[in-house]
Amino acid sequence: MRGAKSAKWVVGAIVVALAATACGGGKSDGGSDAKGAVDPNGIFSIELGEPEKPLLTGDTMESNGSAVMAGLFSTLVDYKADGSLEMINAESVTTTDSKTWTVKLKSGWTFHDGTPVTSKSFVDAWNWNANITNAQGLASWFADIKGFEKLHPEAEGAKPTADKLDGLKVVDDNTFTIELTKAVPYFGHKLAYIVFAPLPESFYKDPAAGGEKPVGNGPYKFKSWDHKKQIEIVRFDGYKGPNKAKNGGVVFKNYTTVEAAYEDLKSGNVDVLRTIGPKDLPVYRQDLGDRAVDQAYSAIQTLAIAFYADQWKKPKQVDPRVIQGLSMAIDRATITKTVLNGTREPATGWVAKGVLGYQPNAVEVTKFDPAKAKELIKAGGGVPNNEIFIQFNADGGHKEWVDAVCNSITQATQVKCTGDSKPDFQADLTARKSKQVKSIYRSGWVLDYPVNANFISDLFRTGAGGNQGGFSNAELDAKIAAADTAATLDESVKAYQAIEKDLVNYMPSIPLWYYKVNAGYSEKVSGVQYGQDGDPILTGVEVKK
Amino acid sequence: MGRYVARRLLQMIPVFLGTTLLIFLMVYSLPGDPVAGLFGDKGVDPATLAAKKKELGLDLPLWQQYWNYMTNIILHFDFGTQIRNGRPVTEVLGDAFPITLQLAALAFAFEMIFGLGLGVIAGLRAGRLADNAVLIFTLLIISIPVFVLGFIVKMVFAFELGWIAPNVSNEQLWSELIAPAIVLGGLSLAYVARLTRTSMAENLRADYMRTAVAKGLPKRRVIGVHLMRNSMIPVVTFLGTDIGALMGGAIVTERIFNVKGVGGLIAESITRREGTTLVGLVTILVIIYLVTSLLIDLLYAVLDPRIRYA
Repeated sequence: MRGAKSAKWVVGAIVVALAATACGGGKSDGGSDAKGAVDPNGIFSIELGEPEKPLLTGDTMESNGSAVMAGLFSTLVDYKADGSLEMINAESVTTTDSKTWTVKLKSGWTFHDGTPVTSKSFVDAWNWNANITNAQGLASWFADIKGFEKLHPEAEGAKPTADKLDGLKVVDDNTFTIELTKAVPYFGHKLAYIVFAPLPESFYKDPAAGGEKPVGNGPYKFKSWDHKKQIEIVRFDGYKGPNKAKNGGVVFKNYTTVEAAYEDLKSGNVDVLRTIGPKDLPVYRQDLGDRAVDQAYSAIQTLAIAFYADQWKKPKQVDPRVIQGLSMAIDRATITKTVLNGTREPATGWVAKGVLGYQPNAVEVTKFDPAKAKELIKAGGGVPNNEIFIQFNADGGHKEWVDAVCNSITQATQVKCTGDSKPDFQADLTARKSKQVKSIYRSGWVLDYPVNANFISDLFRTGAGGNQGGFSNAELDAKIAAADTAATLDESVKAYQAIEKDLVNYMPSIPLWYYKVNAGYSEKVSGVQYGQDGDPILTGVEVKK
Repeated sequence: MGRYVARRLLQMIPVFLGTTLLIFLMVYSLPGDPVAGLFGDKGVDPATLAAKKKELGLDLPLWQQYWNYMTNIILHFDFGTQIRNGRPVTEVLGDAFPITLQLAALAFAFEMIFGLGLGVIAGLRAGRLADNAVLIFTLLIISIPVFVLGFIVKMVFAFELGWIAPNVSNEQLWSELIAPAIVLGGLSLAYVARLTRTSMAENLRADYMRTAVAKGLPKRRVIGVHLMRNSMIPVVTFLGTDIGALMGGAIVTERIFNVKGVGGLIAESITRREGTTLVGLVTILVIIYLVTSLLIDLLYAVLDPRIRYA
C-alpha cells in the first residue's frame, strides 16, 4: 500500500527538494550546500496515536498500528497508484483461472532475526491468522481460500476441525500455491494487505511477545515501544526489497491531541504529521507553505440507509427515487468548502478516487438540484413521516457537517431532518449492530485493496461485513457474484464499473465526499508522500543533514 | 489515637468495595460493546467476536466478572488486562501515575507556596492596597476557564517569547512540567490565598493574639506560630482534598500540554469502555482520597491541641 508511488508525486517531491536546496544555498553565502544534503542515516519522527492492539499481522486494522506494521513487514506484492501490482517479496504471482494462484518468492530474503523467509513462513502465518482459536480480527480475509470454514467455523463457540487451510500447498522453499473456493480475479491485489505478511518461526513460540516486539521482513526492524510515548523502528540493512528505506529510521511519537502535534511541528519537535486538527485547518497552508499537504486518498464518507428501520420498510419497501431525491438535495460543493474547510471533495459515485475502476462522474444523483430532488421524492411517494434522522457519533467531529447536510435537505425539500447524536463511536456502533438506527447513519470506508470491488462488494453484498444497514437485493447480489467470477481482473473491474452505475436504481447509500490528506512536514525532511490509504510512505522520506 | 486510626482504616474496606462495584456497574451500563468497538465500520463475524470475548472473560455474567476481578486484585494484586492491547492494567497505571504524581506535586508545591504567601500578605494587610490587589488577582484566575488559561500560557510563553516548548516531551522533564503545573495549580492557588486571607484576618483580632503581642513576643513568632498555626485548619482541609482532585481532575490540562497521565487515561478508558482500567484508576484515586483525608484529620490535632482523638 505504502510504497505506492505515482509519477506525479515523485515529480512533486523533487521540486520541493530542489526548492529547499536552492534556498539553503542562497542564504549561506559560502555556497555550501550542506543544508540541503541528505543524511542517509537520519532519523525522523512522525505523529502517531498509540496503536490500539498488539502489533500482530492478523489483528492490526486501525491506522495507528498499520502505519508501524507497514514499516516492519513486507507482503508479497504492493500496488502502484494506477492500481497495478508491484512485486515485493514475491518474484511472481500468477494464475490462469483466477482460482489457483502460484506464488514464487524472491530468494535470499531474511527476517530481522536472520532466519530465511520461505514459502512456509507465509503458509504457517496465514494458517495461524485464520484459526479461530487465535481470534484474529482480520481472519475473514482468508475466507476466499479453500478450507477456511474448517479453521474458522461460522457458529459461535465452535471449535476448528483443522489447523491448516486446505488451499495452501508448499511446493518448495520458494514456491507455494493458493487454491480458492471460487475464482476471485482481484485476489492478487488483496495479497498486499498486512494480514498476508509472513511470520518467522520464533513467532509461534510466544505470539504475545511477537505482538509486543514484532520480528518482520520489512524495510525497518523493530527497536522499542514505550507505550503511549513512542515507538522506534530502524532501517534493516539486510532488506532485499525494491522499497529500501532512504532514512535511518522512524520514531512514532504519541500526542494527546492533533493540535499539540501541530504546535510541535511548528517548533521543530516532530517532522511529519498525518493530519491537521480542525483548529489549524484554516491557517495551515499559510503556516507551512510548500510543506502543507492537500491530497486525495482512497476513502469515502456516505450516509448509509438503515433498511431495517420501520420508516423504510413499512408499509412497503421505500422507492429508491426517494433516496435519490434526498441525495440531490445535498449541496456537497458548498458544505465541503465552508463547513469542512476544503478538507473533502464532493463524491460523484460510490468508488473512491485512486482505486482500479474509479470512474469520474459515475452517477448523476450527487448533483445538487433542489427542483429535481423534490420531484423525485414526490414521484417515489414521499419520505415516510416526512422526517429523517442522521445518526452520528459526537466524538468524531461530525456534528457540524451533519447539521449542514440536514439544513440543505430541509431547505431543498421541506423534509424535516434531525441529527441523531450518539455520545461516542462505541454507542454509535452498538445502535447499528442492534438495529436501532432510526433512519440513516453516517458511514465511512477506507480502501482495503485498490479495486472497485472493495467499495461495492464489501459494502452492499447481502451479509457483507461493511453492510450494517441491512441492504439486501438478490438482483444486485447476482451481478456482484458474476463480477467476482469474471475470468480476468480487467473484466471484473469493468463489471463492477457497470454495477456502480447501476447502484442508483437501488441507492444502498448516499455518497457524500472523498477524504483528503491534510497534513504537513517539517523543514528537516523532504520526499514526504502519502499513500492511497492516507498514511505517509516511510521509506521514501529523506532527512536533511 | 491508635484506635481512631485503626477504625478509619477499617472504614476504607467498605468504601473500597462500594466504589469499585459502582464503577463496574456504571461502565457496564454504558451503551457500546468494547470488543465490537475494536472492529469499527468494517464489522466482524460473530465467531471471532465470541472468541475474543471468551478470551477476555467478558462472556461471563456481570457478578462473576466482578467476583473474578476483585479476587484477582485482592489475592494476586492483578488488576486484569486491557481489552484493546492486552497490557496488564497495573503496567498501564504504572506508566501513567508517576507522571501525574510529578505534575500534581509541582502544582501542589506551587499552590501551597504562592497561595499561602499571597494569603498571608493579604491577611496581614486586610483592607489595604495589597489585599485588594490579591483579591483582584485571585478573582481573575478563578474566573478564567482552565483551557483558556492553558492556551494563554502557551501563546505567551511558548509562541511569543519562546521560553518554553509548547508541549511536554516524552522524557517529561521537571522543567517542562512547570507551565502545566502552574495552569493546573492556578485555580486552587486562588482558593488557598482566599481561605488563608480570611482566616488570618479573623484571627488577627483574637484574644490569644492580643495576649501574645502583650507578652512582648517577637513579631515573627506571633505571626509564624500563634497566628499561622490557628489559621491553617481550613486551608489544610482544602489542600488535602485538593491532592486527590489534582491527581484525577487534570484531564484538560494534561490534554493541552500533551502530558500522558491519569487524566487522559480516565477519559480514554471511558470512551473505550475499558472497565478494568477505569476501576483500577478509580480505586487508586479513592485510596489516595481516603489516606489524605485521614492525614488531614490527624493534622488537626497537631495544629490545634484542643482537638484530641480517642
